[in-house]
Amino acid sequence: MYEIVKSEKLTPDVIKLEIRAPNIARKAKAGQFIMVTPTEHGERIPLTMADFSPENGTVTIAALEVGKTTKELGKMKAGDKVFSLVGPLGLPTHLNQYGNVVSIGGGIGLALMYPVVRAFKQSGNHTINIIGARNEKLLMYEKEINTVSDEFFVCTDDGSKGHHGFVSDILKKLIAENKKIDLVYAVGPIIMMKVIANITKPFNIPTVVSLNPIMVDGTGMCGSCRVIIGGETKFGCVDGPEFDGHKVDFDNLTARNKRYIPEEQISLKRFQEAK
Amino acid sequence: MAEEEKKAPKKIVPKKYPMPEQKPEERVHNFNEVPVGQDAQTAILEAQRCLQCKRGPNRKLCMDGCPVEIDIPAFIKKTQEGNFEEAIKIIREKQNLPAVCGRVCPYENQCEGLCIVGKKNEPVGIGRLERFLADWERNEQKHGKIELPAPTGKKIAVVGGGPAGLTVAGDLARIGHKVTIFEALQYCGGVLIYGIPEFRLPKEIVRSEVDYIRRSGVEIHNDYVIGKLDTVDDLLKEYDVVFVGTGAGLPDWTNLPGENLNGILSANEYLTRVNLMKGYRFPEYDTPIRVGERVVTIGGGNVAMDCARTSLRLGCKESVILYRRSDAELPARREEVHHAKDEGVRFELLAAPLEFIGDDCGNVRQVKAIRMQLGEPDASGRRRPIKIPGSEFLIDAQTVLIAIGQSPNPLVPMTTPDLKTTKEGTIAVDSEGRTSKKGVFAGGDIASGAATVILAMGDGKRAAKAMHKYLTEDPSWPSPEVFEKLSCEM
Repeated sequence: MYEIVKSEKLTPDVIKLEIRAPNIARKAKAGQFIMVTPTEHGERIPLTMADFSPENGTVTIAALEVGKTTKELGKMKAGDKVFSLVGPLGLPTHLNQYGNVVSIGGGIGLALMYPVVRAFKQSGNHTINIIGARNEKLLMYEKEINTVSDEFFVCTDDGSKGHHGFVSDILKKLIAENKKIDLVYAVGPIIMMKVIANITKPFNIPTVVSLNPIMVDGTGMCGSCRVIIGGETKFGCVDGPEFDGHKVDFDNLTARNKRYIPEEQISLKRFQEAK
Repeated sequence: MAEEEKKAPKKIVPKKYPMPEQKPEERVHNFNEVPVGQDAQTAILEAQRCLQCKRGPNRKLCMDGCPVEIDIPAFIKKTQEGNFEEAIKIIREKQNLPAVCGRVCPYENQCEGLCIVGKKNEPVGIGRLERFLADWERNEQKHGKIELPAPTGKKIAVVGGGPAGLTVAGDLARIGHKVTIFEALQYCGGVLIYGIPEFRLPKEIVRSEVDYIRRSGVEIHNDYVIGKLDTVDDLLKEYDVVFVGTGAGLPDWTNLPGENLNGILSANEYLTRVNLMKGYRFPEYDTPIRVGERVVTIGGGNVAMDCARTSLRLGCKESVILYRRSDAELPARREEVHHAKDEGVRFELLAAPLEFIGDDCGNVRQVKAIRMQLGEPDASGRRRPIKIPGSEFLIDAQTVLIAIGQSPNPLVPMTTPDLKTTKEGTIAVDSEGRTSKKGVFAGGDIASGAATVILAMGDGKRAAKAMHKYLTEDPSWPSPEVFEKLSCEM
């Protein structure tokens, strides 16, 4: 059992939990994830690590409350205990002195983006960060990401803050201005990552995306999270979660991520009726 | 002596006393255990079928068939006398998981396969007796306080809480070493928890056996992935020796077109969802599982039988096994095949998949397969299956389960650079379970490739003995060339 130290809402439907897990905190690196099982009857789900502190012995996770499991997490308060926490899993972000790194995040992806762009900055890169959400209220980690940005852009679909439009608009603009871009890093909704990869491909700009396939064990044992990369089957949990965006079969990922929607709705309905 | 010769030969009851079972038509609708166990009276009668023969120089007898060397005649003798407490004590001297092995060991090829009664009649039901005694002990709560010797001061890390790791831990804890198990999942048991279904091995029993190990003084850290949290090298800084028993947790694939369609799962994923995460009790438990009208399982081993039988219990209308050789070559235990047939699993033998066909939404709808015939024996000694041209056929399926084998889990080898592996990915070990890295032992499926629970336990026993010897009398280690050779040979 792992104690929740702090619980807060980042947006109306995103929960941020700081959980005591000193072993995980001392090993965690940017880009990795953890498997969380809220209760003994719960499901094992992978969640991104929004932060980790070896000093405090805590890890911070953020989850978009869409289904039963994440809504259950959303109800948890400081002092409550999470049944199981396994990590840090997956390969860390490959860090290098690339030069100009454009990082793009959307939705819940912003939580993972923060430690990654911080690491890019610490590795001596010029960081250009673009964040986006449907509206101003759904933006997260804006301040934090801004502090590790050399250039910073905010976009909202409805124009309530920053650029009125998509994160991809800014990327297109940077490319059109002949901005030197050595790496693009994208994390967020599948459709966003697909659009970004399609933009950078004709220009041969190396593009890394962080994928979010459905997982069960998270350690390479079951193959639930398999993704097609350049025609080859890879496991999101151990070979990823980051892959070359130009090689990802996004359509297969989209289809595979929808496979338990009917069951998820049953769970959610049952959970909401029980309240 | 002369008197004994005059005695009329003992009359042997020709068949094993029956094992009461749930009827097939009932059990396909529940996850309760299929054989319900024998009563004390039947166990005594079964034990009395044993001749208590002595092991002679040229006679292969029951004990020779037991990978963990249980003194079988001795525990059966105590059972004949109705002294179950002594009987289980004899088993426990060698065996850390009797309730498990009494259920899932392939006895017909081991102890019972060598039983002298079995030459003319059915062999003594040794497996059933082991199960009876372990269940009796649990039900009577006879395994009270475990007496432990004084601590030796030696510290041992065991990576992986499956059959091999639990055996090593139990054996070494009981001679006074301080043992810590590091297990990646939330419960210990390895394949006993995530793989073997409830109807074959109730999880309550695994929990009880793990509890016995814990009460033997073993510390268990769950949710602890070695290779991610700490490496084997990190462990060596704190522990005198390390045992790696991380199993064969990497699913093999057919690599046929369409394998990534929705509804196609590895046996590992399917069984993990159902067993570890209790998907069969969805939505009471949160992990979903769906089967549809027809489930096709590719493969013919015990895991394939588990998948096919699980599918019936999850409510599919038809559960089909697709296997490329014939009935005689099915690698599953005979008993599992019989159980599957009794329950109505359809066997499509001499048939191999070619392709998986999906709908517009990316869900599997059909398996395209081809008929096979058997040719000359191949390297494995089994007759090679050959495709019959033009014999392609289609089977509708909403779920396809890939149960064609597993490979060694690569996490520890990947993160321990000086640990020699074979080209199959197993860790190279000598006959005592020693690896190319001084102080590191390995056993179970990570060293042998996918095998059985009891073989993993046998590996664990050998390694435990060798580890004890290394810690207390002889810290020598084979030269690197030994492992160089081992890694090439395998």
